Amino acid sequence: MALLEVSNLEIAVATGGQLLPVVRGVSFEVKANETFGIVGESGCGKSLTSLAIMGLLEGSQVRITGGSIHFDGRELTALSAEDRRAIMGAQMAMIFQEPMTSLNPVYRIGDQIVETLRQHRDMSRRQARDRAVELLDLVRIPEPGRRIDSFPHQMSGGQRQRVMIAMAMACDPKLLIADEPTTALDVTVQKEVLDLMADLQSRMGTAIVLISHDLGVIAETCDKVAVMYRGKIAESAATGELFSNMCHPYTRGLLNSIPVVDRDVEWLEAIPGRVPTIDEVLSGCAFHPRCAMAEARCESEDPDKRDVATGHTIRCHFAEVGSA
Amino acid sequence: MTSTPLLRVTDLHTHFQTGGGLFAKRSWLKAVNGISFEIRQGEVLSLVGESGCGKSTVGRTLTQLEPSTSGQALFNGADILKMNPAEFRPLRRDIQMIFQDPFASLNPRLSIEQTLTEPLFIHGLAASRAQAREQIAETLERVGMDPRVMQRHPHEFSGGQRQRIGIARVMILKPKLVIADEAVSALDVSIQAQVLNLIKKLQRDSGISMLFISHDLGVVRHISDRVAVMYRGQIVETGDKRQIFETPQHDYTKMLLSSIPRISERVA
Repeated sequence: MALLEVSNLEIAVATGGQLLPVVRGVSFEVKANETFGIVGESGCGKSLTSLAIMGLLEGSQVRITGGSIHFDGRELTALSAEDRRAIMGAQMAMIFQEPMTSLNPVYRIGDQIVETLRQHRDMSRRQARDRAVELLDLVRIPEPGRRIDSFPHQMSGGQRQRVMIAMAMACDPKLLIADEPTTALDVTVQKEVLDLMADLQSRMGTAIVLISHDLGVIAETCDKVAVMYRGKIAESAATGELFSNMCHPYTRGLLNSIPVVDRDVEWLEAIPGRVPTIDEVLSGCAFHPRCAMAEARCESEDPDKRDVATGHTIRCHFAEVGSA
Repeated sequence: MTSTPLLRVTDLHTHFQTGGGLFAKRSWLKAVNGISFEIRQGEVLSLVGESGCGKSTVGRTLTQLEPSTSGQALFNGADILKMNPAEFRPLRRDIQMIFQDPFASLNPRLSIEQTLTEPLFIHGLAASRAQAREQIAETLERVGMDPRVMQRHPHEFSGGQRQRIGIARVMILKPKLVIADEAVSALDVSIQAQVLNLIKKLQRDSGISMLFISHDLGVVRHISDRVAVMYRGQIVETGDKRQIFETPQHDYTKMLLSSIPRISERVA
């Protein structure tokens, strides 16, 4: 039994009296000690999927309209707000792209970690502070006993993201959701933060859902990957399988669009057209206007999910393993 | 390629005063701390480095958006750092900039035609509206857009289209040097590839020289002829693209290259 099971998740945005579907039929599962990556471009629904799991869509224009999110034996979509809050921050935690907007600028970082700990654990102020120092040490903040009294603005971007990770890991969560955790960081700092996450995972057995637009980050850190386009999972497989037997024309297009550092490519094979906006109505397969393989059928009929190899699924009428 | 470079920068310093008040001690941030490089006719030189290394300040100094502290920047033999605004004005046509966020550099109240007409008149490149319109239509086609879009306003376009318009605004003036500062960094991967191909094609076709400022090493390898790696206000290594990416000499360059997450390692 997987720790997290998302099945047929549907999310819609309420706008101008109508519901626009933004996530459609998304299903995946994540086991303990496993990193599951979701990759895609702006508006593909990857962040909304993660916010839905975390329970952060409450009270917004966005709502879950179907499907289930099963976590550690419980159905999250059916929980009361109070029961959800007990899970959030304790059994599942989240880190975001820009740590400065998640940290409170007027409180010392130690106080913010202590608050998380005391919210979920029966700890004295003293115990929580000691634990906070341990956590800062765990995420490799130098001189944690002194830095615990720093304000967020006194730290670098990489250090702030480490503090966020320390706060997220404070209560030993079973699941960590990381939404573009290194996108705002320089490459050398990105490497340190990704290494840190992998190290913490191997020590604590945490399951991680990693959201990223960067196929390189996904390839280096994830066990399994889902590629999303326009609210649906276009292709999903174990990471090695995906990158060796890439099948869906969108996934291949995405890979070919990336300028690489290891060899010279004269012209990039860009995907024509543009990323669709959420209010555009697209018939058939959402990718067909940009797809080189598209035929008449793609315009009228939305492809169902099908297996092309063990654990390797795609939504495309035509693509097969090795057809590239 | 001609032997004299189009741009020769020697020992450029741009410092910012950070502290200082009536009684406080003055301190200086040496954003650009003694760099030298040259760009030949028709060549693309990239300045690559991490945030805060000073790469953007170099571009801003060369376009007189920031005053230099010392040094020399010979453009076609004349030192642009010593020029007063009146002397520099004609060069504003020859040296053009492409920015990261095209929306911030397009006036939201003007149609694309109005935005593109203005510089043509300022620099005396069109005698009439009809002439201007002709040049605009031609340039929009070169950047892959339907000329009819000139009646529309910036908010009606996607990020990729806006950057194409930003590129059209630069190319219509037929500049000699284009300084592109993180020109494709805000774009989605699939759109970034289109815009990169476009910039490369326009550069090749027109023989324009380019200073390409970026933090993205993949993008830099794709677009450049030569690369200068910046770290803390200084250039630590300069060389041909191949040399920098295949046989880097400086430890910082090596560290940058080894930090990039790679897809190839996961392909069985």
